[in-house]
Amino acid sequence: MTAVLRPPASACPACAAAPAALELAGASEPRTGEIVLSLPTIHCAACIARIEAGLAAHDGVKTARVNLTLKRATIDAAPDITAADMIAAVTALGYEAHELDPSALSATAADRAGRELLMRLAVAGFASMNVMLLSVAVWSGATDATRDLFHWISAAIALPAIVFAGQPFFRNAWRALRAGQLNMDVPITLAILLAVGTSLWETALRGEHAYFDAALTLTFFLLAGRYLDHRTRAIARSAAEELTALEVPRAWLSEGGTEREVPIAQLRVGDRVVVRPGGRLPVDGEITDGVSELDRALLTGETLPVFAGPGQTVSAGEMNLTGPLTIRATAVGRDTSLHRMADLVAVAEAGRANYTSLADRAAKLYAPGVHILSALAFLGWYLATYDMRTAINIAAAVLIITCPCALGLAVPAVTTAASGRLFRRGMLIKHATALERLAEVDTVVFDKTGTLTTGTPALTGLDALGDREAGIAMALALGSSHPLSRAIVEAGQAAEITPASVSEITEVPGYGAKGVWKGQTVRLGRASWVGAAPLAVTASYLQVGEDAPVALPFEDRLRDGAAETVAQFIARGFKVYLFSGDSAPSVEAMAEKLGITRWMAETLPADKAARVEELRASGAHVLMVGDGLNDTAALAAAHVSISPASALDAARVASDMVLLGSDLSVLAEACTIAKSATKRIRENFRIATLYNIIAVPLAVAGLATPLIAALAMSTSSITVSLNALRLRGGQR
Amino acid sequence: MNILVYLIPISLFLGAVGLVAFIYTVRSNQYDDPEGDSRRILSDEWDDRPKP
Repeated sequence: MTAVLRPPASACPACAAAPAALELAGASEPRTGEIVLSLPTIHCAACIARIEAGLAAHDGVKTARVNLTLKRATIDAAPDITAADMIAAVTALGYEAHELDPSALSATAADRAGRELLMRLAVAGFASMNVMLLSVAVWSGATDATRDLFHWISAAIALPAIVFAGQPFFRNAWRALRAGQLNMDVPITLAILLAVGTSLWETALRGEHAYFDAALTLTFFLLAGRYLDHRTRAIARSAAEELTALEVPRAWLSEGGTEREVPIAQLRVGDRVVVRPGGRLPVDGEITDGVSELDRALLTGETLPVFAGPGQTVSAGEMNLTGPLTIRATAVGRDTSLHRMADLVAVAEAGRANYTSLADRAAKLYAPGVHILSALAFLGWYLATYDMRTAINIAAAVLIITCPCALGLAVPAVTTAASGRLFRRGMLIKHATALERLAEVDTVVFDKTGTLTTGTPALTGLDALGDREAGIAMALALGSSHPLSRAIVEAGQAAEITPASVSEITEVPGYGAKGVWKGQTVRLGRASWVGAAPLAVTASYLQVGEDAPVALPFEDRLRDGAAETVAQFIARGFKVYLFSGDSAPSVEAMAEKLGITRWMAETLPADKAARVEELRASGAHVLMVGDGLNDTAALAAAHVSISPASALDAARVASDMVLLGSDLSVLAEACTIAKSATKRIRENFRIATLYNIIAVPLAVAGLATPLIAALAMSTSSITVSLNALRLRGGQR
Repeated sequence: MNILVYLIPISLFLGAVGLVAFIYTVRSNQYDDPEGDSRRILSDEWDDRPKP
């Protein structure tokens, strides 16, 4: 569970228990296009060369290209080559490889918007440098014909450059105006157009001052802000897409005795679907054949596996543990309970859009402010001098010098620095305003199974067993791949217990394993099967001959850093809650262990969401951390939400941030970083305001020459960017 | 000052050459894998243009 990216087919601990299921999931499907593999362990030039050469040597592979930045390989191969072949080839070279769903990655494959911004940024940069060169000559004393010539050349460079580079602002401003609103782009567009317009006029009248350079640097700095903003989101989006693409959706269809693998999209109601042990159910339906156990932890939060037999209704997202099941589909695709839940979340999410970011709030104050100011300056000067030319010049200077570039950079520069730092620590920010909301958090709500715990059980009662029982349990567990059996083996190996010699071990799907030891039948499995009274906690039961059965209780293992994280939150005065769908005793034990005083057990999904709403209504800013379907509603209802990468797709979609690693300790750090990021953003606004307080009177007084405007603008932008860089911290 | 007649066009031309070169690199996907490219220099294999 250390790797960030886990095997395809599911993001579940039990999959590791069934490597066979993985191979099946990656098996044959006729495809035309390319194969995309995720290669989480590559890191150097040698890795690239080895993988590319190894793949290219494979028959039928046309080209193979490794992208180290994205840790991905794109393979163009003949149609009969499958992803499983390619994974096998890469594994043979000694690297980990997982299949990615190319269709889910399409959006990042061609980052057209980013490329367009970069191009405009380059044009604005080129033009502003050249115009600046000419302007410096003018400022340092070029006069008469020379000055006019320089102004004309500047105009010739600036006009096409502005027309091309300024388009994102013009388009946005136009859209806002048509909708009858003011946004940040309106003053920007007005400033640019007015600056270019008056400069042209001045140039035509052989005037002294032209603001071509100001208009261009303004565009350049603002585009830089836009580009930073875009990059941050593009990185988050591509990582989120990769998480989705890891789950290649396929199912095994049973038709008249033969089994065929099909994409999930092709399933219809009434189809019989075979789910092997370790697989996640792709549809809602009824079991027609087979006996097994189901892990519903992601859906209900319950850690106890549930017995499953013919006639029982099951829902998509549950995990099949021990025996193969055949399911008659009653709901597929978007109609499954899993998807309906995810759709509900989309509704709840709309409520979150009401949060106005700091930047928007600043823009709301700023946009009308500068327009009024510049109009007043125009009026004042016109009344004082009755000279239209001077008045318009002053008004333009006011608009330029109250330059929004510090404001335009203030937020993107900070969020880029902060999210870059969090990304390196294994946390992905999906939502634009998530950092600001995280900074306000004062209450933390944790889910138990899969969030605070790893979701894989660990045996606790080994010491209570006699040597004889321990040895038998070990022997029986060795023959099974059930997660509880694996936990017994793990604990037994740690305690150096030698397995007893048990013969004729057979696994009874859905019940357990049995064998013969010294002539007696020994059984390890469910309480009802061995005839024991079931405990409230997750447990397996061992019966030797006719003796009374003994229970082997399990406990969910804490995730790395969970205890420290909770302790840190409590120490900082956050209110910490634990809401779980699991039974009361196990939740209480967990809460006690972590020092959480407020907990709630056996909660239904609606209860969780309702409690979060309640907390919210009482004025608390809730951070919800959860991974299951039973958390999705609460995740969407909370002020800000985080889910681990192992969560269900629905939960990841609902949350604002995704934890890529398995370590929880980054949570507390994220809160700190979010707080300092908001502090920096506010500081940046203060810098911008301070600068306006100095610069605006100069402009209104008519003292803002192009030189002063250029100096002031660049200084404020650079100060703001440097202030944001303080967030990055030294460490990588 | 007559030197300006040559210098200004030359500086503009050189700047434009740089801009065109940059646009070419963006168009031909050369910023898709900065980390990989920095390592590929060390490899002896012939690989001087990004494959699709």
